[in-house]
Amino acid sequence: MKQYLLSIYQPDGDPPPPAVLDQIMSDLGALREELESAGAWVFGDGLHAASTATVVRLADGDVLTCDGPYVEGKEHLGGVQIIKAADLDEALVWAGKLTRASTLPVEVRPFQAEAGTAD
Amino acid sequence: MAAVEHSEIERVFRAEFGRAVAVLVRVFGDIDVAEDAVQEAFAVAAARWPSTGMPPSPAGWIITTARNRAIDRLRREASRDDRHAQALLVHARDEPAGEGAVRAGEGAVRDDRLRLIFTCCHPSLTPAAQVALTLRLLGGLTTPEIARAFLVAEPTMAQRIVRAKGKIRDARIPYRVPSEADLPVRVRAVLAVVYLIFNEGHSASSGERALREDLCAEAIRLGRLLAELMPDELEVIGLLALMLLTESRRRARTTPAGALVLLGDQDRGVWDPDLIAEGQALVRQCLRRAHPGPYQVPAAINAVHSDAATAPDTDWRQILALYDQLMGLAPSPVVALNRAVALAEVDGPEAALALVETLELGGYHVFHAVRADLLARAGRGTEAARAYEAAIALTENSRQRELLERRRGSLARG
Repeated sequence: MKQYLLSIYQPDGDPPPPAVLDQIMSDLGALREELESAGAWVFGDGLHAASTATVVRLADGDVLTCDGPYVEGKEHLGGVQIIKAADLDEALVWAGKLTRASTLPVEVRPFQAEAGTAD
Repeated sequence: MAAVEHSEIERVFRAEFGRAVAVLVRVFGDIDVAEDAVQEAFAVAAARWPSTGMPPSPAGWIITTARNRAIDRLRREASRDDRHAQALLVHARDEPAGEGAVRAGEGAVRDDRLRLIFTCCHPSLTPAAQVALTLRLLGGLTTPEIARAFLVAEPTMAQRIVRAKGKIRDARIPYRVPSEADLPVRVRAVLAVVYLIFNEGHSASSGERALREDLCAEAIRLGRLLAELMPDELEVIGLLALMLLTESRRRARTTPAGALVLLGDQDRGVWDPDLIAEGQALVRQCLRRAHPGPYQVPAAINAVHSDAATAPDTDWRQILALYDQLMGLAPSPVVALNRAVALAEVDGPEAALALVETLELGGYHVFHAVRADLLARAGRGTEAARAYEAAIALTENSRQRELLERRRGSLARG
């Protein structure tokens, strides 16, 4: 089994109105259950707004800390899911469900290491 | 045994390279191993066949030889503690291959090629990479050939192919036919790649002419393969028909000096009757199934053109009706522009002009050329000349520019 990172990209600014957001949260909850019962779920959570980010980097051998996010833009990483899948097409099926539930674009990237040998 | 000509080995190479790579990818689960082994097997064949003669099943011989060579190589690497080679050998142990598999399991080999096509045309690869991989792995074109055909520097093309293969490996793009649910979208991606290859060869915008004709031939070969592998997909049949009917006019499309000749002015005597017959039979096959699509309808339009012994015999009403259908299936300003050309033949240039003026295609040279042509026919010469100027200014292709300049010239005389 291979592991994939599914990154949800979110526009900055106010969240959708409660009625819309409630539906999204309930759809995401249902997807989490589906992932878990399929044995595909490794980890996943939403992130606080990009404005809460802090960036740490090396500058002339010193560690420099400053306000984030690292990349300026109108959209930022809004949450991640790490899943196990046999191949990219299987991961893309989960990504399709995630983009439907979240109503946001999802980037799929493979991890270098294989999932644990137990499966 | 009869001596084997080099051209005969070349023919086997073109016909069987993709099949052999496809089988070996399944056996070893690794594209590079498969490709190297098949190259090596053909090198052995080129050295041996001229004296020994062609084996009874050239494809089977190539596959068996490639498999044995690959296993020898992987054993050497595995004995040096190469984990990857060891894993590939384990993979290969359980997979049937070789002459027996080719003879007994034509079905399995057929599936192998289809799998490889879907891998090469996976939507997570850029279209440019999809095209390059398809030509490389299924067509057996070399990287320099692909680079020259697409006017890309050789290192750029080599890097494009290496990156695409790396992505297939790292993201684990699967080697299998997509699920029923994904199939329609994935088939469309495959057809787009084949049509892109064909158009690159057909447009003759630049590049070496022979190589471009190779691209058309390769696209048609791929089209035939797809039609054989997916006989129930009507759009696959439609694309093959469209390419065959377009290709049937190749010799009429340019003068011996290389100048472009428009459809209405072409010498229909040099249209290829065999390609027309084959294309029209495929169009009829589609029409019987009555489930039109965005490749089948243009194929039908080309079939109507092919039916006309002379340009004035063209059944423009039929063509207009087909464009109406195409606008319903795949509406776009370019389709609307082509529809306007048909409308001009049925209802006159003014009716077509009224439609053309509503299209937002100001950056497209064909738009201005069509407009110029319609204006000229409507007797509005000054406006027509201005429109030709706009078309000429937007054309990068020297042959097309010459054609437009000729048309503007005939306007001044007329």
